[in-house]
Amino acid sequence: MTAETQKWAGRTREYDLVKEFVIALLVVSVLTVALAALFSSPDEKQITISTWSRHAPNDFVLTAATELDGTSGTATYGAPYTHTADAAQKIGPVSLQHIAGVTHPVDTVTDFVITPLTGVPADSALTTALGQWQGAGTSQRQRWASSYDDALAKVTDNDPAKVPPGDYGPVPVMLNRLLTMAQSGGLDGALLAQKQFFATDYTKPLLFIADGSYLEDRARAQHLGGDQWGMMNETGNYPGQAWLWLYTFWYQVKPFSTSPNADALVWGLMALLSLALVLVPFIPGVRSIPRWVPVHRLIWRDYYRGMRPPDGYLSASDVARPVQVSRRPIGGQVHDDDAGADAGRDREHDDGEAAGASGYGGRSV
Amino acid sequence: MTAPAVSRTWTGAIRARAVRELPPEQMLPDRQPVYVASWIYVFGVLTLAAFLVVLVSGGVLALKGPQWWHRSSTGHFVNSLHLWSVELFMAFMVIHLWGKFFMAAWRGRRAMTWVTGAVCFLGSIGTAFTGYLVQSNLDSQWISTQAKDGLNAAGIGAFFNVLDFGQMLMWHIVLLPLVVGFVVCIHIVQVRRRGVVPPMEIDPRDAIPEEVTS
Repeated sequence: MTAETQKWAGRTREYDLVKEFVIALLVVSVLTVALAALFSSPDEKQITISTWSRHAPNDFVLTAATELDGTSGTATYGAPYTHTADAAQKIGPVSLQHIAGVTHPVDTVTDFVITPLTGVPADSALTTALGQWQGAGTSQRQRWASSYDDALAKVTDNDPAKVPPGDYGPVPVMLNRLLTMAQSGGLDGALLAQKQFFATDYTKPLLFIADGSYLEDRARAQHLGGDQWGMMNETGNYPGQAWLWLYTFWYQVKPFSTSPNADALVWGLMALLSLALVLVPFIPGVRSIPRWVPVHRLIWRDYYRGMRPPDGYLSASDVARPVQVSRRPIGGQVHDDDAGADAGRDREHDDGEAAGASGYGGRSV
Repeated sequence: MTAPAVSRTWTGAIRARAVRELPPEQMLPDRQPVYVASWIYVFGVLTLAAFLVVLVSGGVLALKGPQWWHRSSTGHFVNSLHLWSVELFMAFMVIHLWGKFFMAAWRGRRAMTWVTGAVCFLGSIGTAFTGYLVQSNLDSQWISTQAKDGLNAAGIGAFFNVLDFGQMLMWHIVLLPLVVGFVVCIHIVQVRRRGVVPPMEIDPRDAIPEEVTS
C-alpha cells in the first residue's frame, strides 16, 4: 500500500467544507442573478409553416413539390424515416443507422400533402384534383409530380405563376391549395395532430420545414450554419454550447467535411474520445501526461515550496517503504498528535509564513 | 459489559456497512491535508453550487411549464437564471476537470472518482443539449434538425428522437437530471471515501510513521 492509496497521515489544516459550500452557493447565486439581469437570454421566435409559407411562398411550394415527387431530404433520408436503399451512413462496412431501422416512418406524399389536403372542406377544384391523383397509377403520379418539380426549379425565383403550361395533372391545384392551407396556419395543426388531439411530437412539421431553405437562411443569418460552427452557437451574441466545440470542430476539417458518412464518422469518433476521457486512468501514456507537464507544481506550489531541502522529497508512491521513510528524525516526537504541529511550526519559522495563513495544525490520523 | 448484539436484519446489515464504509467524520471532515491549499480546489465546490442553482431555476421553469418563459417577463428572467447558471456550471466543471487531470487525481485507487466525474461531465453535456432542444424557439428548431443527422447516423435517433419535443422535455427535466444527480452523489462520496489525492512528491514530514508501515 502506498501513501497515495491510504488515508493521509501527514500534517493537516482546518478546513470548513460546509462554510466553503455556503459561500460558493452565495457567490454563484449572486453571479447568476447579475449575469441574468445584465444580459438576459435569447429567444428568437420560432418558425411555423404558416410564417414560412407567408414569407417565402415560392420556397414552400418548391419544397412541397419535392415531397410529392419523392426527392426531398426527408423522402430520401433512409432510417429512421424511410426505407430508401443505400441512404444510411456507414462506419466502414457497418451501418448503425440501417441496423436501428425505420422507427419513425414518414411518407412525405401522404403525410405532408395528401392527408392534410383531404381535411380541406368545400373546395370542388381540390376535390376533383385529389380524385384525379388517387385514381392515377403510381408511375403517372410520379410523372406529374416530377414534371412540375422540374419546371418549378427552372423558373425565376421558383415562382409557380411563371411555370409554363405542361402535363402536370392535378399537381398545381394541389400545391396551390396546400400553400393556402399553410398560410392560414391549418397545415401546422394538420401535421402535428394526424394521430391524436394532444401532441408533442414535432417530427413531421420539423422535417417538412427543414426540407426547405427558409429555416437554413434564418439560421445562417444567426451564424448557426454548419460551416459556422453551427450547433455550439446561440442566436444573437450569447454563449451557446461552447462545450460542444470538439464535436463541431470535426465537421470543419477533412476527411469529415467532405465525407458522405460525416455524421457517422464524427459521432463514432466522439464516442471513442468520450470513452477515452472516462478511462484516462487506465490508458498508458495518457495517464502519465500530468507527470510530464508540471502544472501540478503550480497547483501544489505552496506545499512544494515548504518542503525540507536536506531530505528532498519523495514520490508519493515510495513513501510507504519503511526502509526509506521515517518521520522520527524530522518531526521529532512522532508518538503524539502534536508532531505534525511541531513540524508545521518549524516550517512556518523557516519560511516566515504566518501560522494562520498556512493553517497548519495537529495531524489527524 | 457485553457487546451489543449484531442485528441480523437486512436493515441492520446495511446500516453497519454504511457506518463502516462511510463514517461521518470521513464524510464531513473539518480538517484536510496541508496540501489542500490552492484555488483549483474551489472549482469543485463551485461546480456543485452552480448545479444546485441550475436545479432550482430549472425547477421553477418546470413548475410553470415550457411556454411560461416566452410570455412572461418573470419567466424570461428565470430562464435567464437557468441559462447563466448552466454556463457557470459547465465552465466551473471544465476547470475542475482540467485541474484534476493535471493533478492525476486518479492515483491511489481513485480511478472511480475520475470515472464518475467524467460521466458527470458527459451526462451534463447531454442534459444541457436537451435543454437547448426544448427552448421551443428558432435555436431549438435548428439544433434539433441538425443534431438528428448525427444521432440517426449513429443509430441513436431511432430511439432518442430530438424532433419529439415531449420526449426531449422528459429527458431534460426528469431522466438526465436524475442520472447526473445520482452520479454526482457517487462522485462526492468517492471523494470523501478516498480523500483528496496527495501531491506527486511528498514531504518526508508527511510520510507514514514507521510503526504504521513496518
